[in-house]
Amino acid sequence: MSNEVPLWEVFIRPRNGLAHKHVGSLHATDEVMALQAARDVYTRRGEGNSIWVVPSVAITASDPDQAAENFEPTGDKIYRHPTFYEIPEEVGHM
Amino acid sequence: MYSQGLIGSDTSSEETPEFLAAFQKRIDAEEKVEPNDPMPSGYRRTLVRQIGQHAHSEIVGMLPEGNWITRAPTLRRKAALLAKVQDEGGHGLYLYSAAETLGVTRKQMTEELLEGRAKYSSIFNYPTLSWADMGTIGWLVDGAAIMNQIPLCRCSFGPYARAMIRVCKEESFHQRQGYEIVMKLAQGTPAQREMAQDSLNRWWWPSIMMFGPHDSDSQHSDQNMEWKIKRFSNDELRQKFIDATVPQAEYLGLTLPDPDLKWNEDKGGYDHGKIDWDEFWAVVKGHGPMARDRIRDRRKAWEDGAWVREAALAHAEKRQARKVAAE
Repeated sequence: MSNEVPLWEVFIRPRNGLAHKHVGSLHATDEVMALQAARDVYTRRGEGNSIWVVPSVAITASDPDQAAENFEPTGDKIYRHPTFYEIPEEVGHM
Repeated sequence: MYSQGLIGSDTSSEETPEFLAAFQKRIDAEEKVEPNDPMPSGYRRTLVRQIGQHAHSEIVGMLPEGNWITRAPTLRRKAALLAKVQDEGGHGLYLYSAAETLGVTRKQMTEELLEGRAKYSSIFNYPTLSWADMGTIGWLVDGAAIMNQIPLCRCSFGPYARAMIRVCKEESFHQRQGYEIVMKLAQGTPAQREMAQDSLNRWWWPSIMMFGPHDSDSQHSDQNMEWKIKRFSNDELRQKFIDATVPQAEYLGLTLPDPDLKWNEDKGGYDHGKIDWDEFWAVVKGHGPMARDRIRDRRKAWEDGAWVREAALAHAEKRQARKVAAE
């Protein structure tokens, strides 16, 4: 039996209509206890109405060393933004 | 309290000057550092130590107040104290999680605390002798913690800063409920007044010691300021705390136990008397009146809870095995 209690990431939806947002993490032996602990630790003051818990090991993250090649090219692609295109005033709001 | 986490911190790093300069440039641009980003080893080590000690302080800090839960004078007070102690447990958890993002495990940190290798804030090695201490701790100890923690919300390390924002939101309730307790006593019978004054007499000096040694005596402070782990010096924070607290004590008609405390028009703040640093260092090194009890109580809680942890793990494994068998 391994002695390390698994780590879980906690996501909370503040209210209906909003997405679940990462709020922190905690250790718990299974998903039932993870949910109970998340409720006790992260929702003591009306922080939300729905909780997701996800085993931390299940998350695949992008490599920070590749951040430049992943995300910098978008900076050059200004034609992806509406302001790149010139529409005459008289056409009105578009 | 938590500037004490930097006492004796080793900020030396092995990286190249180019690496360190590039890192400093990011810090100067107020870019947050996230767990997987490259960072100097000294930065990582300093944060693991500070966040770990901060977490331990929250957990050990539950003990002096837990001492009075069953003896709270009314149900209202008991509910508030229970909620506060529960908050402290939560704060410990946020902080352990933030430290874990740097590669240290919860288990390692727990072991360090239980084996007496990790420190926690000196303030929790003082005893809580009367109900008035519940008020004074909320007012002064949580008040001093807020002074320290608000700038930590802008700490350069993202997970620590985020944990601090959450903590600070909750801390204000702690201070207000404490001040209310002291206020009730201060406006009560002569005996209650006396109890409030006695408590203030005992907690004032330890509270202002929470900010750590004078700037002139604190090593490594410059590096931690440069890395924006810390935003204000110990003396700056202590001054802010004293300036905020003096009028609060005056309102209560209580006397702060420092005959040299007086308004200094030129600096626009209060001057205070000499702090007993021998006492401070003795308590930091583990000679505080309650130091042995605190670690003994934490060990007992850990050992008494062992069967719960084992049962929960065994149950989880059994459920998992059943799930696999059913597939």
